[in-house]
Amino acid sequence: MHRAVHTLSQEATELHEKAREKVAEFINAKESAEIVFVRGTTEAINLVAYSWGLRNLKQGDEVLLSLMEHHSNIVPWEIISKMTGSNVKYAQVNNDGTLDYDDYESKFTSKTKLACLSHVSNVSGVINDVKRIAKVAHEHGALMLVDGAQSVPHMPVDVKDLDADFLAFSGHKMLGPTGIGALYGKKSLLEKMEPFQGGGEMIKEVSYSKKSEHCGISWNDPPWKFEAGTPNIAGGIALAEAIKYLERLGMTEVLRHEVTLTEYALKRMQELKKVTVYGPTDVSLKCGIIPFGVDGLSSHDVALFCDNYGIMLRSGFHCAQPLHQVFKLQSSARSSFYIYNITQEIDRFIEILKEMEQF
Amino acid sequence: MSTVEDYVARIEGTCGAEKDIIVVFKYEKKEEAITRILKKAELKNNLSGIIFELTFQGVSFRVYSSGKAIFRSIKNREALNAILAALLL
Repeated sequence: MHRAVHTLSQEATELHEKAREKVAEFINAKESAEIVFVRGTTEAINLVAYSWGLRNLKQGDEVLLSLMEHHSNIVPWEIISKMTGSNVKYAQVNNDGTLDYDDYESKFTSKTKLACLSHVSNVSGVINDVKRIAKVAHEHGALMLVDGAQSVPHMPVDVKDLDADFLAFSGHKMLGPTGIGALYGKKSLLEKMEPFQGGGEMIKEVSYSKKSEHCGISWNDPPWKFEAGTPNIAGGIALAEAIKYLERLGMTEVLRHEVTLTEYALKRMQELKKVTVYGPTDVSLKCGIIPFGVDGLSSHDVALFCDNYGIMLRSGFHCAQPLHQVFKLQSSARSSFYIYNITQEIDRFIEILKEMEQF
Repeated sequence: MSTVEDYVARIEGTCGAEKDIIVVFKYEKKEEAITRILKKAELKNNLSGIIFELTFQGVSFRVYSSGKAIFRSIKNREALNAILAALLL
């Protein structure tokens, strides 16, 4: 990639960089240099935590999170907090699963350096007004990191409109392969950040000095500064192809389809006597995710029963244990919808839930 | 001579506050394992031949036709191994 001169290398480089341009265009980044290819959302957030957080957070500084975050947007900040002496503060979630905006905004202080928030909860499907929080963050001189793992695949996302400083998302949730994702970062920030990992690709020069008996190293420009080693070339190209497919459908149409399915599923699920839907049931507040429980059955019972009929559900905490504590749940089953689902599948799902009610 | 390991592929904690233990039977041995368990344990409930609620030696658990079993309130891994041995061998 990049430095080799043979034909295949040139072709791979060109395709990979075109893929980066496509990702940038999809989320309306200013330029492709603002897109760092990573393994997925988790690595993207860790990149910010280590490259930005470790260097910029000091004793007493604060990072704001919410209790509805995925563990991948909690654990890196708790680790960095221990390493830097900074504090992580958690905004409350209302009983219906929506964000307590007053609580989040009240937690900003002059020490707040970063606000992190899921654009869409991976448990409840609640859509958060990250633009509102970004505005408050900037008024306090803090940066805004958006976990876009559950929003970028499901709705139009415009980083300029949101004024997000960082946005992370994964390819495998949007028809792409596993092992590829992207971190968007404002170029001015990426330029100031130190590398996440060291190796090839991310340097301009590694020059040995006989005098000092050390190597002098100069970093490459972003985004390559953050992409040590041979990148996931095929993954990046495949992600761009997935994006092209979604663009042909239109993200507004993707969202409309999911809202239609969610509204229908919520209505049908609420007709069942032993099924309890968690989180908001107002479809205007959420995306195509419905957490639920069935009386007398654990979430794993529900998932294993549905598995028998070829229906895949997630069961357990969904890597969001604090939100389950808010809901006072041991665990939950989660149904979710995407472009390939149809209402007839929801009808079948309802029949299976009815069968479960016989237990 | 058969061992529990002949039937069991993995034993893991389930995701969730319940802290249950899930036993995943080897794909090629799952039907034999389920048949053996159903012969020895007492059937309390059965949902469509997919979920079997059972008790054995005072321990309640559920077996799933896809080849898994979830044990609740089992003391420790040794107790689980003992009950699996009694059920499977």
